[in-house]
Amino acid sequence: MREDISINVRRSQLGRARGVGAGHSGVGHWRTERITSIALVPLTLWFIYAMLHLVGASQPGVAAWVSNPINATLLLVLIAITFQHMHLGLQVICEDYVANKWQMALMILGAKAASLVLGLLASIAVLKLALT
Amino acid sequence: MKDVRDALMVAYTSDGKTVRRPLSPHLQIYAPQITSILSIMNRVTGIALSVGTLLLVWWLVAAASGPGAFATVQGFVASPVGLFVLFGWTASLFFHFFNGIRHLAWDAGFGFDLPQTYASGWAVVIATAVSSVLVWAVGLWLL
Repeated sequence: MREDISINVRRSQLGRARGVGAGHSGVGHWRTERITSIALVPLTLWFIYAMLHLVGASQPGVAAWVSNPINATLLLVLIAITFQHMHLGLQVICEDYVANKWQMALMILGAKAASLVLGLLASIAVLKLALT
Repeated sequence: MKDVRDALMVAYTSDGKTVRRPLSPHLQIYAPQITSILSIMNRVTGIALSVGTLLLVWWLVAAASGPGAFATVQGFVASPVGLFVLFGWTASLFFHFFNGIRHLAWDAGFGFDLPQTYASGWAVVIATAVSSVLVWAVGLWLL
């Protein structure tokens, strides 16, 4: 390696820390996407097992299964983490492929709003089955 | 010139002629490779699963609403279109699951060599196919 080559970045360490990189948001998005995906590994395996358990089940059968506190809790955790992972993933897709920044912002907000509403709807359905 | 960005594409040859700078090849020029195909498939299955959450939410809301609404969902799922959607949903879930683990391994610094990347890619494809068929075989056997 040549020692006489150096890159002079005209930026203080504080400026680098404040700017939190080119995206101006630091590693929060990237890190949360990874943490949620790690959590979804066991949750997905449980979900597949649960769906196989419920194959052909009637509505009272599903209601009885969800009324088990462990199943209800795991369903709620699965719903929360799935929709969080989903809006983070959709955000990256919008950022990468939508050229118009206003359209991009609207699509990201739409993905986040849809994730929030669908997640709440699914959670309330689980709570109703679990608590009645 | 329709776009200001076109101004950046103008150049001169050594004999002074004005030319358009060459563009990098468009996507369809590149030969498909397992690496690039699986990369885009991760996003495609991610979008498919996002749309697929509608089915999960519908199923949960119907179960919470009562036997009538639940029978409507079960009727849709058992229809040819419903079965097709559900199988696509299963395959997308397994692909995103296995390829997600592959991505987590890369994030941790493992499997970056090209032969390893190709091997893990084919492993994802085979695991997706086997798991999807196996889960459906078990599901239909339980039915």
